[in-house]
Amino acid sequence: MNRSAIFIEMLREAGFDFFTGVPDSTFQPLLAEFSSRPELGYVTAVSENVAVGIATGSHLGGRRPVIFMQNSGLALAMNALGSLAAIYRIPMLLVIGWRGHDGTDSPEHAVLGAATPALLEALRLPFFIPDAESLRSDVACAAQALDTQPGPCALICKPGVLC
Amino acid sequence: MRRSDAIAAVLSKISDELVVAANGWISRETCAASDRAENFYMLGSMGLASPIALGLALARPERRVVVFDGDGNLLMTLGTLAMIGDLRPPNFLHIVFDNEVYGSTGGQRSATTNIALDALALAAGYGDVRRAVTANELDAAIDALLAGTGPAFLLVKVNAESNGTAPRVPYEPDALTTRVRAALGIA
Repeated sequence: MNRSAIFIEMLREAGFDFFTGVPDSTFQPLLAEFSSRPELGYVTAVSENVAVGIATGSHLGGRRPVIFMQNSGLALAMNALGSLAAIYRIPMLLVIGWRGHDGTDSPEHAVLGAATPALLEALRLPFFIPDAESLRSDVACAAQALDTQPGPCALICKPGVLC
Repeated sequence: MRRSDAIAAVLSKISDELVVAANGWISRETCAASDRAENFYMLGSMGLASPIALGLALARPERRVVVFDGDGNLLMTLGTLAMIGDLRPPNFLHIVFDNEVYGSTGGQRSATTNIALDALALAAGYGDVRRAVTANELDAAIDALLAGTGPAFLLVKVNAESNGTAPRVPYEPDALTTRVRAALGIA
């Protein structure tokens, strides 16, 4: 199994069964894996706030959603996370590709790259910053956080951590 | 037509459909006209009525989902029309109560004064697209759409009213989550 397939299995073992998001270039192999397995039902959303809405609807229908996005999209989704997912207590895992994490990325990622953890802290949302070794346990911890404190929980993923 | 009358007329024809009501007066008037466990009322997050309904429709393909949207709401996330036209959920009925203003914030003009949302829905790939201006047209359109399959779209032109009389939705948001899920048999 390739690393993308292994990560998807981790998510499925943790009970996640609805996948949506907006493409991020650091997730290309993962998105290719979803594309090659239509039975997983991955839904490409037009924007990250729309993805939060779709994930919310899926949970109302009994599903356990994951949203894949770039950190630039996290900024776009702030109101959806605060005014919908948080107050309605919708469990959803945000898998966020972290561009600009070390200040060496292209200029458009500099400001939001530095602000990414602070954005989640501002909304009081729990998050993990996995490395390749901690990924499996971080997914399990995030899944547990969703059960004990329903709402969004995030994995902030530096390039290369997932796939 | 008054929006509250149009909303009540649609609700009078609904049986076991799931309803996602946009934030603001649409949720308040839906709750006042016919509060039911199958209704999900948005309190904030303007623009996300159609995405929430899409997620619900994809998760529960055996249940019809009806969105009570507004013109300002839909304009915020117009890209969702393209997703719905692309994914073509047959259980998706999109109703937009279009008063051509931002009513909850004092009646500021919206772009639908000049832009036809039904034409956008048709271009996006909705299968059955209709428009109702009178109460009789609304009755006929709802009967046809509830008998047919989606994705379908109904534009209901309503009066521009800045103020309604319906009280606020009397539920905490997390209670609304639990209530809709319970109506679907989800613990």
